[in-house]
Amino acid sequence: MPITRPEETGPPENFYDVKEARKYTSSSRIISVQADIADRCIELLNLEPGKKKFVLDVGCGSGLSGAALERAGHEWVGCDVSRDMLRIASEREAAAAGGGDDDDDLVQHDMGLGLPFRDGTFDGAISVSALQWLCYDNDSRQSATKRLGRFFASLYRCLKSGSRAALQFYPESDAQATLIASAAARAGFAGGVVVDYPNSTKARKHYLCLSMDRHAARPAAEEPRRARGGVVVAGGGERAPKRRKTGKKPAKDRAWVLRKKEYQRGQGRDVKDDSRYTGRKRKDRF
Amino acid sequence: MLVSNVKGVEECDGYPLQLEIEEMRTEETEFNAFVHRMLPKVRYDALRIAAAAAGCDLPEALDATDEDALRRVHTALCDVHVVKGALVCPKSGRRFPINNGIPNMLLHEDEV
Repeated sequence: MPITRPEETGPPENFYDVKEARKYTSSSRIISVQADIADRCIELLNLEPGKKKFVLDVGCGSGLSGAALERAGHEWVGCDVSRDMLRIASEREAAAAGGGDDDDDLVQHDMGLGLPFRDGTFDGAISVSALQWLCYDNDSRQSATKRLGRFFASLYRCLKSGSRAALQFYPESDAQATLIASAAARAGFAGGVVVDYPNSTKARKHYLCLSMDRHAARPAAEEPRRARGGVVVAGGGERAPKRRKTGKKPAKDRAWVLRKKEYQRGQGRDVKDDSRYTGRKRKDRF
Repeated sequence: MLVSNVKGVEECDGYPLQLEIEEMRTEETEFNAFVHRMLPKVRYDALRIAAAAAGCDLPEALDATDEDALRRVHTALCDVHVVKGALVCPKSGRRFPINNGIPNMLLHEDEV
């Protein structure tokens, strides 16, 4: 069965209702995925280290990406179309406000109508899994190209000159990614789409890295992570069936194992480091 | 904080938006460098009008070395939360309601 995309079910303000919004506080998977993406976005923004910046979060939702910005020591303003998601964000913020400064603001707004901020307000902009919503027309008066154009033009205006934007999105197809990137280019942005983990359907993430500077180099995509030292799980008492002695070379030799491990690393999975024991034949003890 | 948002808002060439307050609360927060970083980003005259609507009195011209004035700006920017009210565009008269401290800037597709 093909995976249904929530974007096809209707406008975002209907999709992100009370029930959907609650998932964003209760599901630890959603929280960790969103936090990872937000951290990567902040990394791609390439802000001056050690300085507090004023960052716009487009499609902030329940403020999970905002929490990542707070951790990085920045102030942020969030903008989202869903009332229920914003309510969760303000509740979360009110709970956190007791512990420190809450210099953050929320605005309910549809990014397809152009962002309602004054020129040159922000030092950067991030967005987590929101941009693809712009590509769907939900009523006869909406036009995806117009909405994309308005969004990028207003984003260009409200960013300070020389700042960057890192927007993560889930494109339905390559054509959609191109559509979004070309809309950004038309608004005057330089930069392009950076794809992390391109070999894996699951871990693949598209980041649109935009910059005011025409000559800015596009940041490098994240390399598949090398195996991290983890807990070694002891294998069960399972024994491979005995090979009949045919004198043939085994099909799954060391080269095959190494090839397979390399492929899985490319998918961004946790793979043990190669060692001299990798793919080694067991002793014929029995 | 919302006041700073008001400063940041520009709609239908109307600026600044007028602030109408039905309900507000004040929360004391620590005075920090936030004000210094924020000042170049806001239009001071617009901030003054909004602050007056919220009952904070700001001096007409701001001296960046005046500690007392900066503290008052900090109160207006950080401590005053508009819980319920509206932002009104001076040019088109469009009202943007504020509920639970979140301004609703949504427009209809045909208003853009």
